[in-house]
Amino acid sequence: MYTSISDGIEGAPDGGDARERAFDERLDRALKIEPPDWMPDAYRKTLTRQISQHAHSEIVGMLPEGNWITRAPSLQRKVILLAKVQDEAGHGLYLYGAAESLGTSRDELVLALLSGKAKYSSIFNYPTLTWADVGAIGWLVDGAAIINQIPITRCSYGPYARAMVRICKEESFHQRQGFDIMWTLAHGTAEQHAMAQDALDRWWWPSVMMFGPPDSESTHNVQSLRWKIKLFTNDELRTKFIDQTVPQAEQLGLAIPDPDLRWNDETKHYDIGPIDWDEFYRVIGGNGPCNKDRLQARVDAWEDGAWVREAAAEHARKHGSDAA
Amino acid sequence: MKKEWPQWEVFVRSEAGLAHKHVGSLHAADERMALENARDLYTRRNEGVSIWVVKSENVHATDPSETEAFFAPSEDKTYRHPTFYHVPEGVKHL
Ligand SMILES: [Fe+2]
Ligand SMILES: [Fe+2]
Repeated sequence: MYTSISDGIEGAPDGGDARERAFDERLDRALKIEPPDWMPDAYRKTLTRQISQHAHSEIVGMLPEGNWITRAPSLQRKVILLAKVQDEAGHGLYLYGAAESLGTSRDELVLALLSGKAKYSSIFNYPTLTWADVGAIGWLVDGAAIINQIPITRCSYGPYARAMVRICKEESFHQRQGFDIMWTLAHGTAEQHAMAQDALDRWWWPSVMMFGPPDSESTHNVQSLRWKIKLFTNDELRTKFIDQTVPQAEQLGLAIPDPDLRWNDETKHYDIGPIDWDEFYRVIGGNGPCNKDRLQARVDAWEDGAWVREAAAEHARKHGSDAA
Repeated sequence: MKKEWPQWEVFVRSEAGLAHKHVGSLHAADERMALENARDLYTRRNEGVSIWVVKSENVHATDPSETEAFFAPSEDKTYRHPTFYHVPEGVKHL
């Protein structure tokens, strides 16, 4: 009759067919699936992978921007960047919590990242060479993340959807502070303008690739759409990003690095030039400019923090309310 | 592998007079750290004036596979609702 919310994870007992039908019916009626509910193993596995990858991306995503905290051009820019990077840590933690509710422990999730088994968004394997890169990341990368994340607030898994509501509320500050940096640079000296253009030149295509392989090649699309853990296809989201970002670049007075980019009056969307998918797969495959550094930074943080985790656990054992 | 810090469920009172509401979970070694982590994680923008943390293992829930049976007793008692009753025309303040 009663279950503990932390141990509600179980395999499918007998009568799995009826449960599967009930599960499908919940999806059809747009009812949320909650952690103790029965769910197909493949749904649990796919979601665990998707949510934990998302969590890892938030955490690894702190590194390229964190690189500029000590060198932000003013105290105000510094506190803003600190707050932004702290938000990303929060996003990672909300998402780890949602992934854990599917029955995988936090340590298992983290160790899958550290061992290189789990993936994270390949955008964070690019370096932040100048201050303008911090602006480009907020504007483009957080802008792309928002487009990816807003539909997930309506996904079928309750804890994931709720985490995403919190995240989306915080993301628009991220995008605006990035755009604000780009605006300031684009309207500054010729040198600053060039710096903004250079950042756009380097971050544009990786941002366009953030939505993943084209629909014709994506293996996850169909099942994930059926399960409502993805609500739009990669290409639909990518188009939305391009359509909203191109006019912003024009307002900044910056040029999108794509000679084939033009408005298509028939489709009412922008047409773009070919995407270099070889680069995408090369970076995902571990051979981007910063893959090794990023992973090493996470391994170091984990190892350097080990004594803190142990000391706090020991302190709690001796002095906590549960202490014997 | 060393044992993980326990998991806690976090409840935040968003303003005086309102009930605490579940907002998510986190890990912490003890209750003090759980409260401080909850503040940093869930109230970075003035979202709360009070926080409760409860170890996840201490939260007990109804079993979803028995939802129907469990809540059945309240389903057919329409007479518990004011709309069950016919109010004769002209009668006021009822
Ligand atoms: Fe984020
Ligand atoms: Fe963000």
